[in-house]
Amino acid sequence: MLLPVNNTRSAYFRGLSDITPAVVGLIPFGMITGAAATAAGMDPWLALGMSFIIYAGASQLAAISLLIQHAPALVVVATILVVNLRFMMYSAAIAPQFRHLSARKKWLFSYLLVDHAFALLSARFPPGDTTQTPGTKAEQQVKKNRDDYYFGGTSFLWVMWQISNAIGVFAGTLIPGNWSLDFAIPLVFLALVLPALQSRTHWLTALVAVTAAAFTTALPMKLGLITAAVAGVAVGAWLDSRAVPVK
Amino acid sequence: MTGDFYTWTIVCAGGAVTLLARASFIVLPPETRVPKWMQRCLKYVAAAVLPALVLPDVLFRDVAVGQAVNTYRIIAALVAMLAAWKTRNIFATLGAGMATLWLLQYFRPF
Repeated sequence: MLLPVNNTRSAYFRGLSDITPAVVGLIPFGMITGAAATAAGMDPWLALGMSFIIYAGASQLAAISLLIQHAPALVVVATILVVNLRFMMYSAAIAPQFRHLSARKKWLFSYLLVDHAFALLSARFPPGDTTQTPGTKAEQQVKKNRDDYYFGGTSFLWVMWQISNAIGVFAGTLIPGNWSLDFAIPLVFLALVLPALQSRTHWLTALVAVTAAAFTTALPMKLGLITAAVAGVAVGAWLDSRAVPVK
Repeated sequence: MTGDFYTWTIVCAGGAVTLLARASFIVLPPETRVPKWMQRCLKYVAAAVLPALVLPDVLFRDVAVGQAVNTYRIIAALVAMLAAWKTRNIFATLGAGMATLWLLQYFRPF
């Protein structure tokens, strides 16, 4: 699906248009997150601020539900971290492609990094693509296209997230509950799960995590999620260390 | 928990750790040594966290009285996964999942 991206302006808009399916999925997600914050009694500024400061829906929802339960600050922050730890993985995978950027742009692009943006960039500009000779003007152009593509997609996503969240905060009570719009949230993540399961070890990791999650839902303060994640990663990393390297 | 200082601090701390996670490898110099165990763990974080995140919302949300799990959601999720596998298209995945859930909830076959 790798198409050549020709010039700057089209790269930006290409990114924007390519991310649209993800945006459609994230609109209900954003609205529900905003509505959840208001329903929990959060100050509207705090709710909007959360969406801006944390900018990660799944962890925002987890934090809201923990705050309602008056969970200790450390538990809330730890849960946010665990839920968002996958961003560290995306960071590691995408870092080589951002190496040429200024420090300020690196931080900006980091802030904008979300699941779908990562998936999209990986699909459009696979890492390790060596069709361009390093040092040439052509290679610089590809890099610029990639940057603009990424910025196009992520900036659009960011704006739509903030807007959806705001709609949820101020008009959340208008969303009919029996539309089950909240099901869009697991669906949006389901779309990302299959590409993440790239090997048998990945599948086993997911299986262990899912089993642990199923049995620990009774645990308070979303500890089940942390437990499941740790269990899954531990099993995956252990299997990985046992595996015979395939050359 | 309206808008007090305590909650704002938590939100800012949460934002900080999230930004650090996102920026980690991007802003660190390329020569930084990452411990092998950490490299191994990172490889599997998404595979563990994403399914674990999804499971409670699929299995245990809006469970009908007398049932242990939400069977409609399970079926809708399976249909969505099939669509994701076949089409690799988010529209199709979302559409298939929501449509299946709505149909099941409307007709209530079982």
